[in-house]
Amino acid sequence: MSAIGELSTMTRRKGPMTKEEKKANGRDNKAAYVFLLPWLIGLVVITVGPMLMSLYLSFTDYNLLQPPQWVGIDNFVRMFGDARLHNSLRVTFTYVLVGVPLQLAVALVIALVLDKGLRGLPFYRSIFYLPSLLGGSVAVAILWKQIFGTTGLVNQVLAMIGIQGPGWISDPNTALGSIILLHVWTFGSPMIIFLAGLRQIPNMYYEAAEVDGATTLQKFWRITLPMLSPIIFFNLVLQIIGSFQSFTQAFIVSGGNGGPSDSTMFFTLYLYQKGFGQFDMGYASAMAWFLLVIIGVFTAINFIASKYWVFYDD
Amino acid sequence: MTKIQTLPAATEAESSKTSKSPRRRESPGNLAFSRNARIKGLIKHAILILVGGIMIYPLLWMVVSSLRPNDLIFREPGLWLNNLEMSNYTDGWSALTHPFGHYMINSAIVVLGSIVGNLISCSMAAYAFARLQFSGKKLFFGIMLLTIMLPFHVVIVPQYILFSQIGWVNTFWPLIVPKLLATDAFFVFLMVQFIRGIPKELDEAARIDGAGHPRIFLRVILPLMVPALATTTIFTFIWTWNDFFGALIYLTDPDMFTVPVALRAFVDSQSATSWGSLFAMSIVSLFPVFLVFLFGQRFLIKGIATTGIK
Repeated sequence: MSAIGELSTMTRRKGPMTKEEKKANGRDNKAAYVFLLPWLIGLVVITVGPMLMSLYLSFTDYNLLQPPQWVGIDNFVRMFGDARLHNSLRVTFTYVLVGVPLQLAVALVIALVLDKGLRGLPFYRSIFYLPSLLGGSVAVAILWKQIFGTTGLVNQVLAMIGIQGPGWISDPNTALGSIILLHVWTFGSPMIIFLAGLRQIPNMYYEAAEVDGATTLQKFWRITLPMLSPIIFFNLVLQIIGSFQSFTQAFIVSGGNGGPSDSTMFFTLYLYQKGFGQFDMGYASAMAWFLLVIIGVFTAINFIASKYWVFYDD
Repeated sequence: MTKIQTLPAATEAESSKTSKSPRRRESPGNLAFSRNARIKGLIKHAILILVGGIMIYPLLWMVVSSLRPNDLIFREPGLWLNNLEMSNYTDGWSALTHPFGHYMINSAIVVLGSIVGNLISCSMAAYAFARLQFSGKKLFFGIMLLTIMLPFHVVIVPQYILFSQIGWVNTFWPLIVPKLLATDAFFVFLMVQFIRGIPKELDEAARIDGAGHPRIFLRVILPLMVPALATTTIFTFIWTWNDFFGALIYLTDPDMFTVPVALRAFVDSQSATSWGSLFAMSIVSLFPVFLVFLFGQRFLIKGIATTGIK
């Protein structure tokens, strides 16, 4: 079961402890904590401690050199009036709301075409999966920058059929689109999760539908989609959380400044500039917490909405 | 299920597909396909080859371009090569302060440390979560699952402050130590799932024979969870090798650059005049990932299909 599935069943199940669980309680405490020691230290020192510290810093003015100055909610008020931050939010939301559904749709379509018994399945699967592995690298971001450059591959191909393409990366209207395309290009990993999900659907459902004379489209809407909905939900939650944190591609493609005219200034890129470019650590912390809230809200909406469209077989 | 009568042609196509599929599995050489199914298959393959070709084309073009003189890169969308131009590789290799191999070694150190860290600490935590009963187990397990989804930006500023105060900026420690402390909770979860699939009778038998938990963990569980350990190794390799954000923040001294930061420095220093050597070094930087992909595919696919790691 997936991490998200596990989490949703954990929140659903609230029964009392069974007798065995009570008896077992405390039996292995010492050994367990020894085994958990690295993880526990990490949780305190690397995760929870810094989280609390970052919450504190978000209410301060801190530049690493002088001790933090308590400024109350000033940083959050500043965020309200920060036009570049609003723009970075718009860019990031566009990226997530366009890129994620598009990528998942492509992943699902290709997964459906790659069905059981198709010859050369491992070969196709590898070809489609490879970009997912490389997509996050600086090297591929560099490649993308050239492909969509003024004299890049895309325009060379367009020139062959007599079209003068724009400078995709240098034009504020198309720069973000190029990065979204890079995201769609990495559809391989959700595709593999879809493929695994499709395997789980019992063949007898389709056989029964065929006896009833269902069309291919009917089988897709009535069987495949509902049976696959937990997997779609899982991919959706993961991709949204991941996409809000995208950084490398925007950084490399824009040369680190989110250009042209801030059209690729992702929220995380702006956060990086504030924190590690200008050492405005208090403001960067406030931004980080804002990001956490946004991701939390999106995930919560996902979980709530899932009650209406995700179908659990159990 | 609705009982709508469909057009006879469609029904025929569907029923012929079901009657064929089991026979096809028995004898793959059997050519007794119906015409419909064969055309359907051909269309499928055509779509897949077309999409696959588009997907892979940029990568192939980068490989070919790295073997071309610079002025040709901007005029050749094709994949044919008149003669091999190796100067991009030699130029690129020595374009920065250090030869590119220096950055590869730096990356290799960070990758190796991260792999060792993840293997040890995540497997230990997973054993506790999967096999031991202890107070607070459910709470901790829930926290562990939540940390999988925590954006690292929330902790990066204080982490940076912490590591800079103990003088670890421009060392590899900030990139390795978190892995030694099992902060990649994804792998803890993956291993928990794997251990849950190992029959409990095995450790019970070992316990009857007088083995304690360290022994059961080392002698029974670890040898059986090799596939999960392999998946962890491969993904840690690829993620760490590609990690840009962490390296960008902690490694500002060119001596300490890992491959991604070195590539980025390369982009800046060349101001896009020598795409050839930039591509050549990009290929060099992707090569280890590609090798891991080739040899680890089986585990990669399985790992991603069961837990959804990237």
